[in-house]
Amino acid sequence: MSKKPELIYPPPTPAKKFLRLTNIRIMSQVLFFAIFIGSIWLSWTSRVGGYHTSFLLEIDPLVAVSTALSTHSIYRYLGGALIIIVLTFLFGRVFCGWICPMGALQQFTAWLFRRGAKRQIDDNRYNKKQSYKYIMVGAMLVLAAMGALQIGLMDPIVWMYRAFTTFIAPMWDMLVSGVETLLSMDLSQAKFAPGVAPRIFAGSFVIGLIFFGFIIINVRHHRFFCRFLCPLGAFLGMLSRFAVFRMDRNVSKCTDCNLCLLRCEGASEPQAKLVESECFSCMNCLDDCPDDALRFAAHGLDKNQAQMEPDLSRRQWVLSGVIGAVSYPMLKNNAYSSDENFSPDLIRPPGSVEESEFLERCIKCDQCINVCPTNVLQPASLAEGGIEALWTPVMNFKIKHCQLKCNLCSEVCPTGAIRKITVAEKLGEGEFREQGPVVLGTAFINRSRCLPWANQIPCVVCEEVCPTSPKAIQTFDEEDKNAFGQIVTLNKPKIEPDLCIGCGICESECPVQDDPAVYITAVGESRSPERRLLLESRVPDEFRS
Amino acid sequence: MKNTIMSNNDTEKKDAYRPNTLSRRELLLRGTGAAAAVAGMGYLALAPEHWRGSLKDSTGLRSVPVEEPKLLPDFSVAAPYNQHVLGIGRTGTIEQLLRKALDGIGGIQRYIQPGDVVLVKPNVAFDRSPNLGATSSPDILKALVNMLLVDCRAREVRIADNPIESPADCFEKSGIKRAAIESGGRIYLPDGNAFELLNTPGATLIEKWPFFYRPFKDVTKVIGLAAVKDHNLCSASMGIKNWYGLLGGKRNTFHQNIHEIIADLSMLIKPTLTILDGTHVLMANGPTGGDPNLVKKGEVVLAATDQVTADAWAFEHLLERGTNYPDYLYRSEARGSGKIHNTDRLREVI
Repeated sequence: MSKKPELIYPPPTPAKKFLRLTNIRIMSQVLFFAIFIGSIWLSWTSRVGGYHTSFLLEIDPLVAVSTALSTHSIYRYLGGALIIIVLTFLFGRVFCGWICPMGALQQFTAWLFRRGAKRQIDDNRYNKKQSYKYIMVGAMLVLAAMGALQIGLMDPIVWMYRAFTTFIAPMWDMLVSGVETLLSMDLSQAKFAPGVAPRIFAGSFVIGLIFFGFIIINVRHHRFFCRFLCPLGAFLGMLSRFAVFRMDRNVSKCTDCNLCLLRCEGASEPQAKLVESECFSCMNCLDDCPDDALRFAAHGLDKNQAQMEPDLSRRQWVLSGVIGAVSYPMLKNNAYSSDENFSPDLIRPPGSVEESEFLERCIKCDQCINVCPTNVLQPASLAEGGIEALWTPVMNFKIKHCQLKCNLCSEVCPTGAIRKITVAEKLGEGEFREQGPVVLGTAFINRSRCLPWANQIPCVVCEEVCPTSPKAIQTFDEEDKNAFGQIVTLNKPKIEPDLCIGCGICESECPVQDDPAVYITAVGESRSPERRLLLESRVPDEFRS
Repeated sequence: MKNTIMSNNDTEKKDAYRPNTLSRRELLLRGTGAAAAVAGMGYLALAPEHWRGSLKDSTGLRSVPVEEPKLLPDFSVAAPYNQHVLGIGRTGTIEQLLRKALDGIGGIQRYIQPGDVVLVKPNVAFDRSPNLGATSSPDILKALVNMLLVDCRAREVRIADNPIESPADCFEKSGIKRAAIESGGRIYLPDGNAFELLNTPGATLIEKWPFFYRPFKDVTKVIGLAAVKDHNLCSASMGIKNWYGLLGGKRNTFHQNIHEIIADLSMLIKPTLTILDGTHVLMANGPTGGDPNLVKKGEVVLAATDQVTADAWAFEHLLERGTNYPDYLYRSEARGSGKIHNTDRLREVI
């Protein structure tokens, strides 16, 4: 390159047909974004409810491969990832350019704030630091192979589901409610969660802030997340070295005008030696090349004009493995996931597998939290399970309870952290009678805060709402004289732990709202023999319904 | 390219001295503008509170929202002096039972006129299947909505409840949603916007309380369709207790004085009709139930214009708990909501 050619903007474009590849790509992106939004909308309990809505997570190869590494098994529909793997072997990182809703959202944001040809071309030049994401995904895969799954912290599809569940869907519903009040009309079908009080999610601020940051950074740096941070993109970049089709530059036709950089999504250097692992196959450069020097093809490719493997030295790969290997003991010795020091608030949804297995499977996509009709499921903060369990689902019974005849969370879990169970299995009915109901935890009474116990005031809402038969909260009458000399009959509640299933309705209905006088803790949960409470059940057979 | 030229000129002049003296005209204009803005803001901030447009708040209470409570009309239909107030339908299909019960009090057309907008309030408190007796019977609901729409030519039938568990699921799994869809009723679910402050004159605990008001807009008739259930704290949950499902707010505090709140509920709504389901009576482990063996099946449906009479009769004959009525029935009677002993004004249709 001797002298920089003068830039002409807009480039002289010959008449283009409407059905060219870039327009078809935009249609594909819109379609998959619609599928993504539609799956969240459809999964609400009064719509299709139990229908399997995690489609985009199931074709996410990083989810499939990392859970296969951590569990040595491939759960339910995760084999769907083969679709994307095959597509990548054929066309490179076509997922990033054509399918990924996170990519589409970023591309759209960047397009809204596009800033002129010169800045775009500068912004779209390849940056060596783009290869750091390979170090991260390498570390995450090593970590997964050792048994700690952390890809959910960064995977873009997971981020989309998590952010839409805890931040964007409630925000949208809030907006629709406002419009409803303003126009006094019924717009409930426009809401993600109609017919319930507005949903709240612990930690939605932090999740929202980070996600908003990922999106808004596109104003200055085009697709920063995709280029520098995305572990799924990095994983597909590792596979794309085998891609059959790729962008090919005809050096004899190329005038080095650099216009192919104008809208290069991946910053993959199409103007020089293409870094194939960074190319999204978005086809923009095909559109922008005024000299017809580029083509997306499988045969007659110029080998010198492309670097197929990621731009990472062997040392950096080793470093990546070391980071993964060192992170494992850091996470696991953190004591939160041990059977001695587990938090009483670490109450998992029904169907969850034993905690260490749970952490091998849960990708924190929060789909269970999205479908939960009562809002009891919440993304965990650092308090319940430490950094390893951040944003995994836990039950917060102060908000609401786990509904008896509901198994939606187990229906949508893409990785089997919450195994698919039926309502009969959850309640221990029919063929599951022998093994008994799924127990989430055990209820206890804090007698120093309970109105009948501590204050001679009748109450027992807890007993009224207890759903087991016979009730796990029983009462006995006691007459007492209060400070004003009145004789009151008090129904004093007590818990029968053999009958309690830990559904938490007693806690959520307890009027001592801020620190409920009856509360559930995780001990006694049926998924873990190490966290049991009772030696045996005292319930005689004739008492079981 | 005009812009380019101008910007070139600017850069040339950048360092040159440029006089920037305020002219008299500009001084006057700016001065007047500033004085007007300060005066306007000063009025908003300092003018006495009762002055029009003033924002002054000397007590700190001005921004506390004042909600004007709503009032519900009396939905009852005046009956002749010697009219029966409780009809008891016995033997037959669900539809026959309901029709017989209604015939006992003069037939449903006496109460619902063509063009009425009717609200039916079933008890859908829990996510339970209908055979467990914890929720209202979907079969009776279906027959009732059919009657309202076909026989009485009601303009619209609404079905509303504020369940304890997830509303959509409670309606779905109790069978009420299906019954409503099949018969042509419209379901109202309680979301964040559905509640308004309601004034119930004479009530002691809920004189002003958040109420599931949205489905009540333009309603002309109200029918309660209740399950008859055991209840640990207040002994029985029947027609009057059914209205609990229309309250919002912190209703879990009501159990501290349960009989008083149920007496209040008897004044909350003056319903057109109360219908009690005697086909599935939950005899124990109420109000949630859970065991089909605890449900007493029968062939009885009650229809009443006096909900106190209906509850008393159901307590004695359906729950079989004798005449030692729960305290809330006496309190409701004292409030003038109905009469417990009304034996000469009930009619059994077999």
